[in-house]
Amino acid sequence: MQDDTDNGARPVDPDPPNDYPDYVGTRLRAPKQPLVILPHTLSELTGPAYGDGKIDPLAGDLTRQHAGEPLGERIVVTGRVLGSDGRPIRGQLVEVWQANAAGRYAHAVDTHDAPLDPNFTGAGRALTDDDGVYRFVTIKPGSYPWKNHYNAWRPQHIHFSLFGRAFTERLVTQMYFPGDPLLEIDPIYQSIRDEKARESLISMFDLELTEPEWALGYRFDIVVGGRNATPLKDH
Amino acid sequence: MPLQLTPSQTAGPYLKIGLLRELFGPELVAPDAPGAIRIKGVVLDGAGDPVPDAMVEIWQANAAGRYAHPADTREDLPLDGSFAGFGRTGTEDEGRFEFVTVKPGPVPGPDGRPQAPHVNVSVFARGLLKHVVTRIYFPDEEAANAADPVLSSIADPGARASLVAQEDGGALRFDIRLQGDRQTTFFVV
Repeated sequence: MQDDTDNGARPVDPDPPNDYPDYVGTRLRAPKQPLVILPHTLSELTGPAYGDGKIDPLAGDLTRQHAGEPLGERIVVTGRVLGSDGRPIRGQLVEVWQANAAGRYAHAVDTHDAPLDPNFTGAGRALTDDDGVYRFVTIKPGSYPWKNHYNAWRPQHIHFSLFGRAFTERLVTQMYFPGDPLLEIDPIYQSIRDEKARESLISMFDLELTEPEWALGYRFDIVVGGRNATPLKDH
Repeated sequence: MPLQLTPSQTAGPYLKIGLLRELFGPELVAPDAPGAIRIKGVVLDGAGDPVPDAMVEIWQANAAGRYAHPADTREDLPLDGSFAGFGRTGTEDEGRFEFVTVKPGPVPGPDGRPQAPHVNVSVFARGLLKHVVTRIYFPDEEAANAADPVLSSIADPGARASLVAQEDGGALRFDIRLQGDRQTTFFVV
């Protein structure tokens, strides 16, 4: 099903290749056979959604899920979810998860010698509003070692998951923080070949989002779209 | 100019914290619902070892072949309000996953002719920088499978067969092999 007609200009496919041996976890998991191109039918142009407004507003505040407050640097993370045409996507479910301030996940598999925080699970969800805006309150996640190579440490990051508007738009990604020295040596981040696409995963510190005497603000906009949709030949 | 799309990154080993909670689950219908079927399988890596930290999602039409989505405007086909068509589950120690759902009806293909019934699948895991996509076809649909535009576009019989579930003791078995001689066929969407 190779389709040679689809050679018009279109947005750069920003996704990293699955076959990327610098990230050791790919070596036995990345498919080696060429991917088959699916025609876009209703199976691809429809997709799951979660838009009935039944998300508890507190689910977006990761600092208020337990009896006490988690330790760490309190932050606000907010941004817009947009289509590639720049239009906001409303009612979109955004799911996030992250390590605590010490760089430890509340997960049995994580054995990093850093403390768990009894007041931090590290999971949140929110729906976008009419302007496509989501908002989380959380604490800044710590870096942690991950054994990919000698002295390998992950840059601080928050995992994001979104459905988009169709099966083709499903996105799981990671948001990073500006100025993190570990980005330059992180194979997961560096697996994205296009520099601009890579840098789009780095949130922006924003003094306007920062709340005095309370929390630093970071902005992270997310663009979802059909990567291999109809070629755009008009620009 | 279209905006630059946000790139994918791996879901990593701790996806369970964020994604495998109460919101979604593996039962699209109750196990005792009329027409309920079980689809089960394992996710395996290139060494044939189970992948215990993956997440499998399925998206499908209802039994009449209609998707619960505004882009499916075929109003002559019934929508079942209780059937969202989406399920999500994690794999555990043996790499196993299992869904309870109904067999989807056929949906139109690129030329308007029906595709064989199929379930759309996404797999996320540590080691996958972008999730992989495949389809589950049904073993009791030989004629429809033979005429299906996607299946029949795949020349290699083994690659084609990797997309068809197998009957297995009252359930359907669909193993997902990420790599290796018998790798599951994956798609670009």
